[in-house]
Amino acid sequence: MTTASAIDLGRPTAPRQSLWRYWRGGLRGSEFTWAIAFVVPYIAVFFAFVVYPVFYGLWMGSNPALYAEVFSDPIYLNTLVNTAVFLAFGVNVKLFLALLLSGFFMRPGWWTKTLLLIFVLPWAIPALPTFISIHWMLNGEWGLVNNALYILFGIDGPSWLNSRWLALGSAILSHVWKWTPFWTVILLAGRMSIPQEIYDAAKVDGATGLRRFVHVTFPLLANLYLVLTLLATIFLLGDFNSVYFVTGGGPANSTHLLATLGVVRDMLELGKPQLGVAAVMSALPLLIPLVIILMRKLRTAEVQL
Amino acid sequence: MSTVTIQTGLPRAASGRTGTGPMERMRRSARRWRYLTNAGAAVISVVLLLWTLIPIYNMIMVSLEAEGDVFSDHLWPPHASPDSFRVVVTEGHWYLEAFWHQFGNSVFLAGMVTILVLLIGSLTSFSVGRMRIRNGWLITNAALLTYVIPASFLAIPFYLIMQHYGLNNNPWSVIAVLVTFATPYAIFIFQEYGRSIPLELDESARIDGASPFQIYYKIYLPLMAPALVAVGTYALLLAWNEYLDQFLLLSSDRSMTVAVALGKFLNSDVAPWNYMMATAIIYALPPIATYYIFRRRMSSGLTMGGVKG
Repeated sequence: MTTASAIDLGRPTAPRQSLWRYWRGGLRGSEFTWAIAFVVPYIAVFFAFVVYPVFYGLWMGSNPALYAEVFSDPIYLNTLVNTAVFLAFGVNVKLFLALLLSGFFMRPGWWTKTLLLIFVLPWAIPALPTFISIHWMLNGEWGLVNNALYILFGIDGPSWLNSRWLALGSAILSHVWKWTPFWTVILLAGRMSIPQEIYDAAKVDGATGLRRFVHVTFPLLANLYLVLTLLATIFLLGDFNSVYFVTGGGPANSTHLLATLGVVRDMLELGKPQLGVAAVMSALPLLIPLVIILMRKLRTAEVQL
Repeated sequence: MSTVTIQTGLPRAASGRTGTGPMERMRRSARRWRYLTNAGAAVISVVLLLWTLIPIYNMIMVSLEAEGDVFSDHLWPPHASPDSFRVVVTEGHWYLEAFWHQFGNSVFLAGMVTILVLLIGSLTSFSVGRMRIRNGWLITNAALLTYVIPASFLAIPFYLIMQHYGLNNNPWSVIAVLVTFATPYAIFIFQEYGRSIPLELDESARIDGASPFQIYYKIYLPLMAPALVAVGTYALLLAWNEYLDQFLLLSSDRSMTVAVALGKFLNSDVAPWNYMMATAIIYALPPIATYYIFRRRMSSGLTMGGVKG
């Protein structure tokens, strides 16, 4: 009646046994125990430091009254505008620059290679020292920028960090300064993976220079470019350092992003962590669709790197 | 447009001939075009160099100034001297009293994060990728999802949870947070890299009677060495460079790291800028050196998955 193999001998009943085998995925005896033991540390970390904080955060931000308070706060509304401006300019400027520069770094020769080594410095240096340096550079009285403007051109520069838009612009430029090298290196790898034969064929057809870029290079990089845009947007939403160090959220809390507003103003200055969570969570309607699109893009088309 | 490349094929093809026919004209226009693109490249190079180096130059310049000279108009320190570095190294200023202690905290933190990320990441990917535990894909997908949660979004819950556990001002709270955010990348890279190692190796070791742990330790880990170096470098840099969690969770004088101490005086009027910049440079040197030493090893991993910001 039953066709028990040698391996299955000694197991009590057939249905239970197959269920066990199903769960074990073909692993036998102590091997299964080992396999479980190997994944336990990560699962523990995942539940303790991802699942638990996520639900804790959701629970903290679950009171609807919080959102009434958040949306009636003029500083929060300013912050939303800042975040939108930061996303629109920060992501696109740095990725478009990275796209162009990755073409520049495809040029042959020792000079380009050396320049690339120097060019990645902003990314290789921790954010903190250079952002502090930029903060001091933009000091209206003693900073390098205004000193240079005065000594070289005789112009009295503005106090960069004392007006909302100049300060926000400075933070965006600092962010672009810091992160363009990273995306350039990735797009450079993407360009290098395009086979030379395609360019040769394009050359035979007469596509050179700009036309080659528009009709050959960019279509091949488009999917990668889109994925990187999504990733850069997600990372930028969580960016804390560029605004915190360069402008400190000032002047008068006018240049905060959601992350700095939630952490610095709401939690540390006002002592209302719930409010901070609510402010940060108001980015979820943007974040969740982005993550879903990203996951789909990654699944349907392999990233060409 | 910076994407224009030199048409080296054209002049070389024409160089075999002489004369003043259409070939010569083509050659001349090709040469002119090459000069133009070279000049364009030179301009771009200069702009890039200035753009990249000015904030770094500012850091070095301020660190070479005397305390009073910071507040004056100049583009080069009037009395340049490396004195600030001496003060930092000898802890000769009230602001730097615990510099080496903080440096030690940073080293401990980065070292522990690196070790734990490598250990947990390699164990998980061994179980999922090599032993093929059932539903292992759930683990890798969950890990990838962690990767797209912006780090600062969880900072507030983390802060409150750690306070609740009495773990604030304890380096292990930050180590736990950083391991959480660095391990998904490690698992991803290890999985990708592990595919290049034939499964038959594990199989034959198993037939010879090796236990899973022996296979992991004696076969898997040695073969994974390049990926381990790449991910280890990544984890080390992440932990050393991270600011937000260290700032929130390590605020006491004993537990503070260099990063927290550096950020502390940023917005105060008493900030000793020359000492801060000297500290910043000393703080930045280890990761820069690590990056340039392991750059080639890292770039393979980088192009596989990208590094979280």
